[in-house]
Amino acid sequence: MPDSASGLGLHFTLDAHRGSFHLQVECRFTAAWTVIFGPSGSGKSTLLRLLAGLDEPTQGRVTLGAQILTDTRHSIHVKPGERHTGMVSQHPALFPHLSAAQNVAYGIRTLDHAARARRVEEMLELAGATELAALRPADLSGGQAQRVALARALAPRPCLLLLDEPFSALDGTASDALIERLQVWLHANRLQSIMATHDASDALALGAEVLLLHEGRQAAMGPAAEVLAGERERLLERLQGEGRP
Amino acid sequence: MDWQAFALTLRLATVTTAILLAIAIPLAALLVLGRGRWLAAVEALATLPLVLPPTVLGFFLLVLLGPRTAVGRGIAALLGHPLAFSFSGLVVGSVIYSLPFAVQPLVAGFAAVPSSLVDAARLLGASPARVVASLLVPLARRSLITAAVLSFLHTVGEFGVVLMLGGDIPGSTRTLSILLYNQVENFDYAAAERTAVVLLALCAVALAAVYSTATQRGGRRA
Repeated sequence: MPDSASGLGLHFTLDAHRGSFHLQVECRFTAAWTVIFGPSGSGKSTLLRLLAGLDEPTQGRVTLGAQILTDTRHSIHVKPGERHTGMVSQHPALFPHLSAAQNVAYGIRTLDHAARARRVEEMLELAGATELAALRPADLSGGQAQRVALARALAPRPCLLLLDEPFSALDGTASDALIERLQVWLHANRLQSIMATHDASDALALGAEVLLLHEGRQAAMGPAAEVLAGERERLLERLQGEGRP
Repeated sequence: MDWQAFALTLRLATVTTAILLAIAIPLAALLVLGRGRWLAAVEALATLPLVLPPTVLGFFLLVLLGPRTAVGRGIAALLGHPLAFSFSGLVVGSVIYSLPFAVQPLVAGFAAVPSSLVDAARLLGASPARVVASLLVPLARRSLITAAVLSFLHTVGEFGVVLMLGGDIPGSTRTLSILLYNQVENFDYAAAERTAVVLLALCAVALAAVYSTATQRGGRRA
């Protein structure tokens, strides 16, 4: 469990090369909800993949609470499925041959049948996807698929939830409502989450801690209102501009 | 019609196909999911029988499984008889000879499964074996059918390896293709024609079955 009270949380020092792209960051995330903000190509997805353990850094160390997840110096690399980390990416990557409910149940097969069914129902309800349970991914819209993917990632009760522009296919109101419900649930279940986005209004609305990434480097880190002050001005100006006749 | 040769051919092809799938599924999964330069060597080795003249492969196996090598003597001591010139010997030869026909379609099918799905499964704690069984195999079902049918037919039509390694022992190593060769050698063209027609029909029916499942799938998608 991430222990925000004692200030442990997620701590990482990462150095990774992907072709000509170079990511180099050192950060400590202690807030329950952190936003990684940056334009496309700034390294948000690369960073999340490294944190999830899907890729290995050239050099670095990742710790979640007291647990070491990655440490290149000691050749430690905990496998993605053993990090208690869930992830939802922009492309939901649902298993096409399984129903929505079976997708959600995929990561919790150690639970007994009744507990599994209860958990699937609970997660689909949280994601607002209860009525989709029996449908196959091919019959879901983009937004519906993202809801199911969220339910699937949360079902194993991870300690850390990584969201990579997870609700891009939902319209603004639906996305806001889902995030609000999700934040309440995450808080109640003491889950730490990190969301990558290139949409400043998302980051500002969430009132979260923000890591500003620029070309693979940390440009700023702090409360959204401070870090994204410039972005906020820009948004307000645009709104006023649109309001003018 | 030599039904003994017919039954033997079907038995050889069935046993070979079953063993090949058991080997080729994990091997193809390793080639697709694995990392490392040594995998290129594994893939080259698994493809080698495709370009190797069957008689060359048969010859090497004959020598390897014969009494002249430690491997051959070890197997003979273990089984009580040498592997060459026996049905089991034919199975070994056929498995090696048809390996690329099972591995190649599976590699293509597994590689077509999006890596984002594999990542999602890994994040949900799936072991490599579960990724193969729950994702790759069901999503590459058509490749699996293709691999099975190609392995089966390739074994049915195999001649060089069988001749070198099995000789021509009725009920043990005389398959339809060997029978056909014998019939032609004896100028028994009427019998040869019947054997050839049986082989042709077997291949045509099996391939038609594969392609008809392919059209059904395409139709469903449309």
